[in-house]
Amino acid sequence: MLQDLQAQFLGSTIGGLVAGSIYALIALGYTMVYGVLRLINFAHSEIFMIGTVTSLFILITLAGGGSITLGVFGMIAVLLLIIIASAAVSGGAAVLLEQVAYRPLRKKGATRLAALISAIGASLFLQEAFGLKIISWITGKSGRVQQNAPRFIPHEELFHIGNGVVRTDHVFVVVGAVIMMVGLDQLVSRTRIGRGIRATAQDPEAAVLMGVSIDRIVRITFLLGGAMAGVAAALYIMEYENTDYRIGFLLGIKAFTAAVLGGIGNLRGALLGGIVLGLVENWSSIFFGSQWKDVTAFVVLVLVLMFRPTGILGESLQRARA
Amino acid sequence: MKGNEEVAEKSSENGKAARAGFHPVDGLRDWWADAPHWQRYGVYIALIIGALILPAPAIGSFMSPESDWTTVLIFPIGIYILLAIGLNIVVGHAGMLDLGFVAFFAIGAYTLATMGTKYGWGFWGTLALGIFLAAMSGVILGAPTLRLRGDYLAIVTLGFGEIVRITANNSDGIGGARGITNVPHPEPMFGVEFLLDPAPYYYLVLAAIVIAIVFSVRLHRSRVGRAWAAIREDEDAAELMGVPTFKFKLLAFAIGAMLGGMAGVVYASKAVFIEPNNFPFILSATILAAVVLGGAGNLPGVILGAFLVAWLPERFRFMSEYRILIFGFVLVLMMALRPEGLLPSRQRKAELREGTGGMGAMGAEVAGPDSEASAEVTK
Repeated sequence: MLQDLQAQFLGSTIGGLVAGSIYALIALGYTMVYGVLRLINFAHSEIFMIGTVTSLFILITLAGGGSITLGVFGMIAVLLLIIIASAAVSGGAAVLLEQVAYRPLRKKGATRLAALISAIGASLFLQEAFGLKIISWITGKSGRVQQNAPRFIPHEELFHIGNGVVRTDHVFVVVGAVIMMVGLDQLVSRTRIGRGIRATAQDPEAAVLMGVSIDRIVRITFLLGGAMAGVAAALYIMEYENTDYRIGFLLGIKAFTAAVLGGIGNLRGALLGGIVLGLVENWSSIFFGSQWKDVTAFVVLVLVLMFRPTGILGESLQRARA
Repeated sequence: MKGNEEVAEKSSENGKAARAGFHPVDGLRDWWADAPHWQRYGVYIALIIGALILPAPAIGSFMSPESDWTTVLIFPIGIYILLAIGLNIVVGHAGMLDLGFVAFFAIGAYTLATMGTKYGWGFWGTLALGIFLAAMSGVILGAPTLRLRGDYLAIVTLGFGEIVRITANNSDGIGGARGITNVPHPEPMFGVEFLLDPAPYYYLVLAAIVIAIVFSVRLHRSRVGRAWAAIREDEDAAELMGVPTFKFKLLAFAIGAMLGGMAGVVYASKAVFIEPNNFPFILSATILAAVVLGGAGNLPGVILGAFLVAWLPERFRFMSEYRILIFGFVLVLMMALRPEGLLPSRQRKAELREGTGGMGAMGAEVAGPDSEASAEVTK
């Protein structure tokens, strides 16, 4: 057991960082919406799924049934293309979702429980729509089976840390995620839009009195969160090269767990929570085998919440000041 | 004097008008509240007779033209109703958001399957054990986590549901991913065999539902029920008034779990074969949807919600693959049109009017620019 640990520790640390970066990016969407509306956006996982399908669509179009071989600049150009496209589509889908599933309830002053049911309904609807029609329309294969994406960035070994191997795609995922995280953090803490978001998170009624348009802020929040899920989706497709119509479920739950773990409503908490979750999961699979990975993730969540009921960093979108 | 009377008359008229505008079934509720005992018992007897003749083929051919109506009445309809009554205690009465209710259902089902196939236990003994184990797991989950509120509780319970499912999937001792076959049927009772004929199972489920309803109503009207209402409305205030909130929350959790476990045992005995995939997250979500759709906290509403959620996909089976798509759409639509549910509890509805949302720790609401709460501020 100890030998296993020694042999696999660095490798699974790298795997954990990669998975954790993706969890963290998805978690941003949960955490921002929660910070502003005090609402679990359960359909956020489907926004991620839509992003993966968008990326898949572009890659399949580019590959035209074969494979893609590119130079360094070509690789980066394609990566940027799928990131931007799926961020745009996911962001748009998130705004649409808010318009259809949440806004009418908000106007009626309905309970958050009603909003939760609405989210579950929207989630089912999107899953089924993609599983039935949209995926098969894009890929030409049944939407109910796993879809494989062509590889466009070679999974080449770059260097070794001890006995852990760092590959090209690992670097792209982690660097991409960190850039997006820092960008969003700066956006929320420095710009006018960010101030509006923080004000709304802190006290929506006072924000209204100060001339903040809540509807606009909510829309922007969904747009940003959705776009982050889109970026995560593009990175996910690049790294793991598959998706299916139900992929959002487990990843969405993990990302939400990450958001709660770090302190929901807190952007830096989402990053921390994502990384911690990714690492713990991967380390635990050395001991217990990978089939128990998800169980450990939830057990860790329960343990952390027992001792720090608001997550590791506590909840505070409004306090994320520069 | 006259002026006073006029005012009083007017205000009572206003009150009536406001009430009439409340809900179409309010007149029925007023009648029910004032009805003498014999009328109430008449309605109870009529309901029970109705439930007894429900599996009749004439009803079945309309209700479920494409599958066996009695079987549909057992699962999903009867089991969903049982689960919804249990979840209603947790969500509707005590105001705790539980997204992992299916875990208790699974524990009940697995208790019967394991004890029955491995140790040859009978149905009735295992029923008691299943209910006990489900309640214990409710306490084990609740004790460390019930200090959490609202969404934190939601995610922890969701995690618990997944832990139970994945554990069942990975444990070869209880069948693993292959599941368990040959789960025992209940022993013959009053000379009736529980075998292929679904009718005895229907009456078994019916009896379970009646017991659950009586149990739930008695609890709701007791001191315990009032403590739950206090916790739901304002946990801090309840605590300050001397309600031991933790104890009562744990009790609600355990009782909800008991009913979930009972549903699980009954389900397993009819299903004969169970596997981990019978207990997915989506079942928890569906039962929660049933509770909210019907009107959380109001038992007739919850039963109606569970019935609709179970029955509609069966009735519209001819739309086969589009069923779930439509189900999702209907959920969104229903929440947009009637966010408080089809038959909301009156107390809840009044709280909604006040703008507190009436969901206790879950209800902190963000006001839109034209919602009532912010209108108050701009006054």
